[in-house]
Amino acid sequence: MALSNVLETPAAGFNFDNSARNAALEGLFDGQTPKPPKTGTTIAGVVFKDGVVLGADTRATSSEVVADKMCAKIHYIAPNIYCCGAGTAADTEKTTELLSSNLTIFSLNSGRNPRVVMAVNILQDTLYRYHGQIGANLILGGVDCTGNHLYTVGPYGSVNKTPYLAMGSGDLAALGILEDGYKPDLELDKAKELVRVAIHAGIMNDLGSGNNIDICVITREGVDYIRPYQVSEYKDKRETKYKYVPGTTPVLTEKVVPLKLEVVEETV
Amino acid sequence: MISSQTFGDPGKMRDYHYTGPVEHRFSPYAFNGGTVLAVAGEDFAIVASDTRLSEGYSIHSRDSPKCYKLTDTTVIGCSGFHGDCLTLTKIIDARLKMYKHSNNKTMTSNAIAAMLSTILYGRRFFPYYVYNIIGGLDEHGKGAVYSFDPVGSYQRDTYKAGGSASAMLQPLLDNQIGFKNMEGVQHVPLTQDKAVQLVKDVFISAAERDVYTGDALRVCIITKEGISEQTVPLRKD
Repeated sequence: MALSNVLETPAAGFNFDNSARNAALEGLFDGQTPKPPKTGTTIAGVVFKDGVVLGADTRATSSEVVADKMCAKIHYIAPNIYCCGAGTAADTEKTTELLSSNLTIFSLNSGRNPRVVMAVNILQDTLYRYHGQIGANLILGGVDCTGNHLYTVGPYGSVNKTPYLAMGSGDLAALGILEDGYKPDLELDKAKELVRVAIHAGIMNDLGSGNNIDICVITREGVDYIRPYQVSEYKDKRETKYKYVPGTTPVLTEKVVPLKLEVVEETV
Repeated sequence: MISSQTFGDPGKMRDYHYTGPVEHRFSPYAFNGGTVLAVAGEDFAIVASDTRLSEGYSIHSRDSPKCYKLTDTTVIGCSGFHGDCLTLTKIIDARLKMYKHSNNKTMTSNAIAAMLSTILYGRRFFPYYVYNIIGGLDEHGKGAVYSFDPVGSYQRDTYKAGGSASAMLQPLLDNQIGFKNMEGVQHVPLTQDKAVQLVKDVFISAAERDVYTGDALRVCIITKEGISEQTVPLRKD
């Protein structure tokens, strides 16, 4: 016996059958309808009127244990280009450092600021050459003479250019917020708020993301790297202090070796 | 539940018209996270658990406590695979009722522990994926903690941590309650207030570093007056 939706083609477009019921329910609850009760990383980027805003959480995990509560996921590439990295921490760190060094050499040789598309091409070449063995999911954002750009580069070397992006284990949570709130040519405050809310959604709903939120704003005028933009609302406040009196750990033997030092310079 | 299909040798392309047997792997277990802790005092016992239910990197529920009340003097904490936790507690409840009807008395903590051991070993070759810790008062009114492994091995303890953050909590409890690895410290007996405070602090620490522990902490304090519950918020991220 086939399901009914197999026999008839479903109607095109969205289904608004429940909107009348929802309106009635809102009236019943007086507007206070019940609210439905998160490498892991959440990184996001948005292009706005005057530049690009990048955001990231600050939790680094080693399978199920939090290894670093305040790690920096927004890396410097060039004075006008920054990169958020998700995936294997060492891979994102070293790939972006290598890219940054190469672009500095280019800048010194040519006397020009590097363009974002150049950084993207170099990254794509490197990652494709290693066929996914380098686990780096990167969001590159920057402002150059051709405009404001936001790209994502995947570990196998794929590149996407869109006005808003999210990557990492919390990407779906952040993307939900970005899809809902993004508009072309946002103002700076609205763009920062949008990225903050997107990263916050990743932090709350994804176990691999957490702690604080870092934001990096890149415009023609310069870069504003705000770390942390929002400190986590959860503080580890314990009820008692756990301090140990000296002598708690027994000293079994003691051997003192004096260091023979030569006074080279003395300043009084 | 994880379901995956394994392809021949890794790195080799599968033949387009491959019709031989393909190995499918279905796992009947899932890991739903959560940490439980039990401490026995002179005339009280505490069973505490976090309330987060997770799977993979997602959260199923922020309000799913893992302590279940068995009798007026016994509470069990179960963490691991939530499906098996629910079934196991149902089976224990049924067995408690059967005992009550046959013997006209409530099961004591040590009797429940012995029974749970046989229930778990009965499934030796398809185990309940549950880490159990029973906390309660024994026949003399003293606090008792019984800790189990998934196939029924158990022992009576003074304190025990189980679940995802157990490796982080157990050494801390060894130091603060068992006074291990310390010298020249007075071995003061544990008071109820100090124990509750320690349990709360220890869970706050666990929530900092273990991604599966968080949201809220449910503390059940068992005394001869009865079982009282407290809920304390933990990190939600």
